[in-house]
Amino acid sequence: MLSTVLPYLLSGISVGGQYALIAIGYTMVYGILRLINFAHGDVFMVAGILMVYITASGAPLYVSIPLVLVTTALIGFAIERVAYKPLRSAPRMSIMISAIGVSYTLQNLVLYITGGLNQFYPSIPFISDTVTIGTTSTRMVTIVTPILTLLLVIALVMLINHTKIGMAMRAVSKDFETSRLMGIKINSVISVTFVIGSFLAAVGSILYFTNYSTVIQTSGSMPGLKAFVAAVFGGIGSVPGAVVGAFIIGICENLIKGLDTILVKAGISTKMFGFTTFSDAFTFALLIIILIVKPTGLFGEKQTDKV
Amino acid sequence: MNTDSLTAKPRKKLDRATVIAIGVIFAIYALAFVLEQVIPSTSMLFTVLKKGATYALVAVSMNLLNGFTGLFSLGQAGFMLIGAYTYAVFTIPVAQRMSVYQYYNGGVIQFTLPVLVAIALAGVFAALFAFLIGLPVLRLKSDYLAIATLGFAEIIRAIFQWDKLGVVTNGSNLLRLFPTFNDFNIKDASGNVTLHLSTLIPFLIAGVCILFIVMLINSSYGRAFKAIRDDETAAEAMGINLPRHKMIAFCTSSFFAGVGGAMLAMYQNSVQAKYFTTSMTYEILLIVVIGGIGSVTGSCISSFLFVACSEWWLRFLDQEQTINGWQVPLLRNGFRLVVFSLIIMAVVLFFRKGIMGTRELPDLFRRRKPSGKGGAKA
Repeated sequence: MLSTVLPYLLSGISVGGQYALIAIGYTMVYGILRLINFAHGDVFMVAGILMVYITASGAPLYVSIPLVLVTTALIGFAIERVAYKPLRSAPRMSIMISAIGVSYTLQNLVLYITGGLNQFYPSIPFISDTVTIGTTSTRMVTIVTPILTLLLVIALVMLINHTKIGMAMRAVSKDFETSRLMGIKINSVISVTFVIGSFLAAVGSILYFTNYSTVIQTSGSMPGLKAFVAAVFGGIGSVPGAVVGAFIIGICENLIKGLDTILVKAGISTKMFGFTTFSDAFTFALLIIILIVKPTGLFGEKQTDKV
Repeated sequence: MNTDSLTAKPRKKLDRATVIAIGVIFAIYALAFVLEQVIPSTSMLFTVLKKGATYALVAVSMNLLNGFTGLFSLGQAGFMLIGAYTYAVFTIPVAQRMSVYQYYNGGVIQFTLPVLVAIALAGVFAALFAFLIGLPVLRLKSDYLAIATLGFAEIIRAIFQWDKLGVVTNGSNLLRLFPTFNDFNIKDASGNVTLHLSTLIPFLIAGVCILFIVMLINSSYGRAFKAIRDDETAAEAMGINLPRHKMIAFCTSSFFAGVGGAMLAMYQNSVQAKYFTTSMTYEILLIVVIGGIGSVTGSCISSFLFVACSEWWLRFLDQEQTINGWQVPLLRNGFRLVVFSLIIMAVVLFFRKGIMGTRELPDLFRRRKPSGKGGAKA
């Protein structure tokens, strides 16, 4: 039984960690701007494309990985300055539409550059290696992801709770106008939020695409949407909530993918139901249930955790 | 325009501007009919007109929700999918079902409905789903509503691709061989077209539906919708039943999105669930924004502009070109979409009112001199 479930569980934990890294970007931006940054999933995809192109230009890994992280952070910063800052006083719907426009633009730009072809993600030594756990063989990235995710989240929570900029972030998310009156530089706080979010999305993209091995202009939308659901599930605005939500969604999604096989091997059923089709739909069903039952999410009310 | 509907007396005479607007719309219909008889039917123009009419209907239905009722819904592609599938499933000729449903032994539905009935049914099914979805979802506010409806659209897409429902939906395979717009052309015995109607018919379907939406917007329901958009609490205090009116707007919008989906199926000649993605909804939302959130005329004009730009006018950007031996840089496959998205971003950032703002066609003839360009209302 365990040997049947284990591979799905492992890939669930791994994908969950990758979703978590994206979800943090959503939850932080929402906490401060009350904006669903629809372009965030595409920033994640752009990070993947950057890695492909930088590696193809011959740069060694110790150059390409930092370069990808920094460039993605800069792209996140630039998007905020160009597309969201001019709309700060506009109705929320306008900013959301602008975010959708950015997402559309990024996808089309990548389509133009790549010609719409699948790009093969470079394999990174160590995390692409195969390891065997029990009877299951998997890639090193499966083990690295949750550890790295937890380390980054701890670092982020430390940043939010124990530094000056973190304090400013918490203040802005509590009350935008008052914190401006208190002399907090709103624009730099928002920029830092976007830089952190994009940086984490870039880390997530390295782990995610090592697993999936190809990148195309639409690769970002599904993980992006799921990470957003994870953020809502955990209580939007809360970093630990987003992480917990992401792990739950990643694990459930992969278990559903394997549900047919698991049921058959456990002797519960004898035929395949084709549940795999619903692995994406499940995420959204979960979203709708949580929105109706507990709209603030799992950790939504803990104000202290809000970014 | 609202000021006179608020002080409406029974049997008010149409004012001059409205009469001109109606005249312009009739002229456009007549022009579409004449052009179709004169210009060869392979021209890009008709592709644009047919798809434009389809998108106009869907965009107006989305505008009813987002622009007039203030409900930010992103489920449009899902309702279009229901409409498209309903239409296709019920109109494939029985004789062809064996070849369409080749993996499902001909499917379970072994009858065919008339085209117009199937189109109406497409709307009804979409509205029915909208009712079921609306019961829980419409309680949510702004962005939560957006993300929940988006989620539902994804779930619907998954359900329609499910193998177990393949006997009805053909699983993830194509549905095809159902009547399309071209089947409206009147042919003589030898199969030559004697009267082209394949553009006029979509115009008529979309026109009737949009007329209904306009009438709804100008009725007491429409005024209630606008009140909800402007201030929910105040609207409720004035005695407007929020859940009921939101549900009416949601179901009406979905009904016409379903009809639009059926029209899209007829335009495309085939239906496959995997194309009704979130990006389709985004595209329609961007059309609404470009036209002006809260303007039916704007949505119509921008649908035609959007389709014409993406299918026709900007096509040259996708081809490499050489002028006097000088290779024009950047031009290659996909550049059109980049230019296109930049234009859209410019509209979103700098021309937030869109083409029409909240004005309608008659308003163009009212305040100043007519600007010359009318724009289709269908």
